[in-house]
Amino acid sequence: MAAVEMNAGSPSATEKLRRRLTSGRMTAALVLLPPALILFTLFVIYPLAGSGVYAFYDWNGYGAPTDFAGFENFERMAGHSVFQQSVMNSLKVIAVSLVVQLPLALLLALLIYRRTPENTVFRLVFFLPYILAEIAAGLIWSFIMDGNYGVVADLTRALGIDPYFITSDRSWAFTAVMVVIVWKYFGFHMMIYIAALQGVPKDMIEAARIEGASRLEVVHHVQVPMIRPAIIVSVFFSVIGALQVFDVVIPLTNGGPSNSSHTIVTYLYTFGLARLKIGYGSAVGVTLFIAAVAVAVFYQRLFMRKPA
Amino acid sequence: MKTFAGVAALCAFAAVGAHAETSVKVLRPESNSPDLQQFWQDVIAEYEAAHPDVDVEIEYFASEAYKTKLPTMLQSDARPDLIYSWAGLTLVDQVEAGLVQDISDALEQDYLDSFSPGALAAFSDGDAIYGLPMTARLVVFFANEELTGKAGIDLAAITTWQDFLDAVATLKEAGITPLVAGGKDKWPLHFYYSYMLLREGGAEAIRAAMEGDDAGFESAPFLAAGEKMAQLAALDPFQPGVLSTSAEQGNTMFGEGKGAFLLMGDWAYTQTIGVDQGDLLEGQLKILPFPAIEGGAGDPGATLGGINGYAVTAGAPPEAVDFLKFLVNAEHQRLGAQKGLFVPVMQGTGEAIQVPFTQEINAMIEASPEHQIFLDQFLGASVGGTINDISAELVSGDVTPEDAAARIQEAWDFR
Repeated sequence: MAAVEMNAGSPSATEKLRRRLTSGRMTAALVLLPPALILFTLFVIYPLAGSGVYAFYDWNGYGAPTDFAGFENFERMAGHSVFQQSVMNSLKVIAVSLVVQLPLALLLALLIYRRTPENTVFRLVFFLPYILAEIAAGLIWSFIMDGNYGVVADLTRALGIDPYFITSDRSWAFTAVMVVIVWKYFGFHMMIYIAALQGVPKDMIEAARIEGASRLEVVHHVQVPMIRPAIIVSVFFSVIGALQVFDVVIPLTNGGPSNSSHTIVTYLYTFGLARLKIGYGSAVGVTLFIAAVAVAVFYQRLFMRKPA
Repeated sequence: MKTFAGVAALCAFAAVGAHAETSVKVLRPESNSPDLQQFWQDVIAEYEAAHPDVDVEIEYFASEAYKTKLPTMLQSDARPDLIYSWAGLTLVDQVEAGLVQDISDALEQDYLDSFSPGALAAFSDGDAIYGLPMTARLVVFFANEELTGKAGIDLAAITTWQDFLDAVATLKEAGITPLVAGGKDKWPLHFYYSYMLLREGGAEAIRAAMEGDDAGFESAPFLAAGEKMAQLAALDPFQPGVLSTSAEQGNTMFGEGKGAFLLMGDWAYTQTIGVDQGDLLEGQLKILPFPAIEGGAGDPGATLGGINGYAVTAGAPPEAVDFLKFLVNAEHQRLGAQKGLFVPVMQGTGEAIQVPFTQEINAMIEASPEHQIFLDQFLGASVGGTINDISAELVSGDVTPEDAAARIQEAWDFR
């Protein structure tokens, strides 16, 4: 469209407006935009601005916020060891997602992307954890890891060693959470890769094969470069998702033991909402929002630009 | 035609709305006792039959959701008229924000006199009364006599904390888990800390700390309670994995005979451990008060528990107060007691209790010189949450008694 206009020479501004009005695009925008805009303002912008304001108040949620606290909430947050731990944990989730989860997803995608009946079964099996509700997944794993009744209990009994409780072990509880996160979401990324791999032209792979490329070389030099856009998107989802992890942690460890397995969002929930420190929770929320936006903008700039 | 039907329906709806009956909305946390829900339905039906122009609606939220959603609900158009309350600072916050109303004018003196004074005090501030108590809760040691008997322990001889520690050691030697607790939820462990605090300094120590006397929450009783907690933890008395056990699981484990003692609220009896659940502990279940601590300044008879009831929100119609008075009258208090649903708070109604377990609980509450409300409710959500945290961390050894007290003080300052 833009190209066509360019070729026709640049028309005057009024001419542009006239064309737009008569083409029906303006009308469409005028009719279709307000509902979305109003809803977006009401349910996204307004609450966002609200928490931006509350973050500067010491407020328990009752009455109007009147106790202006300046940056006190932010200062307390920065100095709170549990918050620092929760940021570390969220960073760990990002690292594990990038280093373990995505390579695993890619490996499995490469193994089962071809359309065969067996592959369909495997795809379903690997995708199942993603379909499962987060809370359900967290509960199931908390039963599995239970040292008295769970699978872990059967294992320790079979080996004749003392029962082991991973979710009450300070140094291992969050590792358990990360295992569940990887298990829960690798299927999603695998599906993205499978879809992309199926779009790689077969003749390109054949050509590489005829030229004498090994299987590994095909993957390295043909398939992975061809699905680069999919990988970029999946890394993006993975990082943003890692910042938002919540539902799996609550039933699994509830942030414990000794508040050692909080993510930023479970921290916000526990210390902001559940303890009715709405101002404080808002400060955490605002911080998380800024971090997520920063990641998104930075990432878009760096990787998601269209090639010139 | 379709439009016409729609308009007609709207008109009909509006017409109903126009001469609507007064509605009274009650909001409470969900109860997993079907008998209690039935009790509510019966009371509501009875009230509506006598007052055809009043419509009582009851809505349930899950317990945690109830606590977090309440502030929003109270400030919205969907504000309920009667809200479940554990009293304490949360109620004070609601009063200060003008969200609940003083109903003292609507209550006659002889009605007020029928309550046990401590229970009524939880919902009043001077002459102002913001709601009515309905049930009393008590935290006690549940004991499995079969297990303690096996280890050769005489339950009746446990009167001091040292006796109790000795019993813990004896049980460990006999290869029996001395204590079970749901440490994942933290609040079951805060019962230990609260009782130690009550024994070390009494409710007076808590009042003094709240008023900022001496060292506030870092005063001697708080430090001593932390140390007692650490001493207990050093004996490794809990079941393995105590910090990943939920409260429900803990109760169930005790019911299955996996540990000798459980420090828990009386509700665990009706919900998991009691007669409804079969004869798991028939004849073996005993209850003991929390033992006295040698040298503690608190009254050794003081009890920890709850005074739960309903607060009346600002703007609620007079019918809401009327219904509340109906809900909490001697007859219904007696009915609830008789069915074993709760320990009533009106004087004399406890006689209706039939279940021996609940009778014993009632007697302990009546004999108590001082009934302290659960600290995690009494001190409000934020400080309460911190007390739960440090209780769990004292058990895991992740915090020293000094740091624990300092953290409570910090949470109090930043309330």
